[in-house]
Amino acid sequence: MKRAAHRALRVVLLLFGVSILCFLFTEMAPGSFFDEMRLNPQISPETVSALRARYGLDQPLVVRYGRWLTSVARGDLGFSVAYNVPVAPLLWTRALNTLLLTTTVMVLTWLLGVSLGVWSAAYRGHWFDRIVATASSLLISIPEIVIALGLLAIAIRWRAIPIGGMMSLDHDELSAWAKVTDVARHLLLPTAILVFAGVAIVIRHVRASVVEVLDAPHVRASRSLGIGRVRLLFRHVLPVAANPAISLFGFSIASLLSGSLLVEVATGWPGLGPLLLEATLSRDLYLVIGGIIFSALFLVAGNLAADLLLIAFDPRVRKGTLHAD
Amino acid sequence: MRTKARVRFLVFLLVALHILAVIAGFISPYDAKEQDRSHPYASPTRVRFADESGFHFRPFVYTSVCDFEGCREDRTQEYPIHFIVTGPSYSILGIFKWDYHLFGIDRPARIALLGTDAFGRDEFSRVLYGGQISLAAGLLATLITLTVAAIIGTISGFYGGWIDEALMGVSELFLSLPWLYFLIGVRAFLPLHVSPIGTFFLLVGVIGLIGWARPARLVRGVVLSARTCNYVAAARGFGGSDIYLLWRHVLPGTYGVLLTQAALLIPLYIAAEATLSFFGLGVSEPVPSWGNMLATLQHYNVLVSYGWLLAPAMALVITSVIYGLLADALHSRFS
Repeated sequence: MKRAAHRALRVVLLLFGVSILCFLFTEMAPGSFFDEMRLNPQISPETVSALRARYGLDQPLVVRYGRWLTSVARGDLGFSVAYNVPVAPLLWTRALNTLLLTTTVMVLTWLLGVSLGVWSAAYRGHWFDRIVATASSLLISIPEIVIALGLLAIAIRWRAIPIGGMMSLDHDELSAWAKVTDVARHLLLPTAILVFAGVAIVIRHVRASVVEVLDAPHVRASRSLGIGRVRLLFRHVLPVAANPAISLFGFSIASLLSGSLLVEVATGWPGLGPLLLEATLSRDLYLVIGGIIFSALFLVAGNLAADLLLIAFDPRVRKGTLHAD
Repeated sequence: MRTKARVRFLVFLLVALHILAVIAGFISPYDAKEQDRSHPYASPTRVRFADESGFHFRPFVYTSVCDFEGCREDRTQEYPIHFIVTGPSYSILGIFKWDYHLFGIDRPARIALLGTDAFGRDEFSRVLYGGQISLAAGLLATLITLTVAAIIGTISGFYGGWIDEALMGVSELFLSLPWLYFLIGVRAFLPLHVSPIGTFFLLVGVIGLIGWARPARLVRGVVLSARTCNYVAAARGFGGSDIYLLWRHVLPGTYGVLLTQAALLIPLYIAAEATLSFFGLGVSEPVPSWGNMLATLQHYNVLVSYGWLLAPAMALVITSVIYGLLADALHSRFS
């Protein structure tokens, strides 16, 4: 319990650090959202400076940071200059879309990755294992951008699934069930890309740790006692081999918000990614900072979740004889 | 021994790849920025050996004629490919000025082994020139990351105490940054319109400075365990200074980690550069990089109709796979 409190304190400190880092970078930023307005002869310089004052951009860094903190306390996360609304609601709607995509991806990736990893570890040296190992070591090094473009090209040629966006144009007129299948069909392509990009590393980790445990003395002893193959695998091997996989699972949770940026932009999924990219290009600084803080929150929460899961799963970690790292 | 041979083979491949990029000017028939507006999106030129009169040892090509019905080869005249010809001048590594090219063809015909892009620029030449930018970005950014990581990790592991605590706290901060978001965010704070070379160095600097935390922790671990080794204690007993101990006894132990990390980080950073350039936040036109060449493929019709524009993606795959296999081999060699 004391450890959990300690960890929570660390998380808060980390988020403070991230936000301060972001503000320091904004201070170094040479451009601002109002630069283009300034070039417009129809808008007087007084208007621009009035606008700047209204959004508090003329204040020194410390004042801006203090104001931002109070707005975080209100649950607003600052004010978007481009959209003229508080940042948090903007982020939430987009974040939900991202989460819909990434949780689907996470479930599929882990189902596929764990089963393939365990299977190929159980049949070590078999042709099946070799194929999985070769395929995953190739897949692991192919950049996500290439996978995205390749699958996009295939999907567009194939013409069977919708490309781009999250809903069809006539989405509002569909029945409730048709709405669900419509979104699901749009989900197919980005999901496929992300699963392809992420499954190899899961397979590898799971296979490596299962293989390691299969050679452990207690497993050999159990085998010599005549315990059956299946029972041995599920009862004696997998619980011990779970640790690295749990750490990796925490990392999956951690990257729920930040891992799909590229794919969202490439396939037009209306998640956080495109929003942040637009905000970047228009220099809507508070929106950028909000996005970073939001996904940093998920990152640290994911790491925390991994630690807690490890504590829950592994008595060695609980008693402190094995360091969770 | 087998892993050693494999490492050698992979390093050989990588060296060949990088040399190919360095001498891009010699191998490519055209300059990367040379446009031919009359032949946009031309498909790859077919190199032929045989015509009606039979087989020729010197390969040749036909020109293509385009009208509303599409493009056809104009079979009336053959244009033989010449080897070692003079063409547009270029420089290798910015030092040697030269105008000889590996192969070329008489005008008005043009040879585009990988087709042309929207401005009729030769994709083959651009992939080679783009490789210079992309590979250099990966190497330089990794150099920055590993230098920072080695310094911080060593200080942290060797001196311990509050220095260690503070540095590792900062590294935890960097580890909890969503790095692609952060990269894009940081790019947002930097000037949008700088010269392509300026952007390149900004990008490399930013990419390189963000990723130091993980390798620094690994280096710290190695240094920490080396510090308590008997041979280090003995050397200290003989009166060795900190610098001497570090240089002679502690740092050599970290080379394995640093090399493995380099093989892991370089393709990661090449992909990072490609991703940012793909979004239009990286190296800008007309200077080619594998990322900004792929940016046109964001238009779905281009992606489907002109498949040869995926050539930079192929180059990315080849590079990343070689580096990935090297990282595996190094990892199994050093652990």
